[in-house]
Amino acid sequence: MTAELRYAYYPGCSLESTARMYDLSVREVCAHLGIALTELPDWNCCGASSGHNTDRRLAHALAGRNLAIAEKTGMDVAVACPACYLQLRTTHKEMNEDDAKRQELAHLLDMPYAGKSDVRHLLDIIYHDIGPEKLKKRVQKPLKGLKLACYYGCYLVRPPAVVGFDDPENPTSMDSLLEAMGAEIKDWCGKVDCCGGGLSLSKRKVATRLVSELADMARSAGAEALVTACPLCHSNLEMRQSGGKEDKLPIFYFTELIGLAMGIAGARSWLKKHLISPLRLLARYGL
Amino acid sequence: MRYVEKDELTIAPDFRQEVKAKSQTDIDRCYQCLTCSLGCPVAFAMDYLPHQIVRLVQMGLKQEALSSATIWVCANCEACATRCPNEIDLLALMDALREMALKAGMAKKEKSVTDFHQIFLSNIRQWGKQYELSLIVQLKLKTGDFFSDLGTGLKMLLKGRLKLLPSRLKDTRGVRTLFQKDRKSLA
Repeated sequence: MTAELRYAYYPGCSLESTARMYDLSVREVCAHLGIALTELPDWNCCGASSGHNTDRRLAHALAGRNLAIAEKTGMDVAVACPACYLQLRTTHKEMNEDDAKRQELAHLLDMPYAGKSDVRHLLDIIYHDIGPEKLKKRVQKPLKGLKLACYYGCYLVRPPAVVGFDDPENPTSMDSLLEAMGAEIKDWCGKVDCCGGGLSLSKRKVATRLVSELADMARSAGAEALVTACPLCHSNLEMRQSGGKEDKLPIFYFTELIGLAMGIAGARSWLKKHLISPLRLLARYGL
Repeated sequence: MRYVEKDELTIAPDFRQEVKAKSQTDIDRCYQCLTCSLGCPVAFAMDYLPHQIVRLVQMGLKQEALSSATIWVCANCEACATRCPNEIDLLALMDALREMALKAGMAKKEKSVTDFHQIFLSNIRQWGKQYELSLIVQLKLKTGDFFSDLGTGLKMLLKGRLKLLPSRLKDTRGVRTLFQKDRKSLA
């Protein structure tokens, strides 16, 4: 763990609101692991699906502004939200493949943009730059007994030509990290299924059906909780899960569990922000 | 899923080429294997299945494709594009159709989705970042659905997961310019 791991951090809009605990846990865990995150100065929203669904050129412009600012810092970008990650990475890739397009974008932005800063997700960074072996040595409170299903969703793995730091149909990076923290990882078939997060507000019934199917699958694989690296999945899985208070599966961010196992003092305050409280489940295992 | 009578159909001869040019993906390679539709998580809520949308475009059935619910029900999960044996980028196809449908004023079905996108983008234009509370309130005003999720929203507010005020950029004007330079935009 050297101090050489330096990134321009792009939290994304959700991490300032519905996913506060993701932002807090990312910052704490990275600081403890020697990953220096400097928040990208004056970053803007990536446009998300609404951007590319209605105007692809605008979507590139919104993502491109952040990439041009990152380039000034001389650092690669570390992204927390998979939807932002895909937007930024798509623009980065398309502009690097086509000089004319890149110059047109720089002109539109009125900023120099050479396409130098790479875009990486924090799961990729923690898995590849730190890795389960080193992480294991930092465990103070092993997550022993806790049965987890790791949920990757869509944009960490799809489309593989753009993202692709893990297997698109059976990713294992999050599983390995949490196994290193002492948890019991359940293999299940919902890892890369869509939760309908993008439709959570506009088509509630569709989202509710997808979330309930995922929760059922995880439960029948023997999991007591789901783990995600996506703020949209997290909110959707919390808000749209059907069943009584006792039946609902708690949803963790992977960084919350890493922080908890590393014995980071603030970890409990992150968990208190959940709609489905994980505290009773954790207490069962002395956590 | 619906079937149409032959005499109801009007063929737009240029539509297929227009979509191919806009989406930059070769939909002519589709041999209707149904991989996209079988793996689609939201197929149950669509009027045409994804492979049928491809076929509609191949046949120049512009009205059917652009006014379909499918293009707005699509959750952008990328499963179809990842699994297509002919490497057809179905998401690029859906994006092209959505953009064309809006421009042609044919995005009439699934208004809650198009309203969502419109509010989402106008918030970015105004503040440079997303402002969830405003997104939720505006969506409620537009759809007339005032009471769902009130408890959840309140709980989130109390837990510090919804900001009362928007966070602003220093250079909001810079972001606004991107929208102005880009006149095709929705917002």
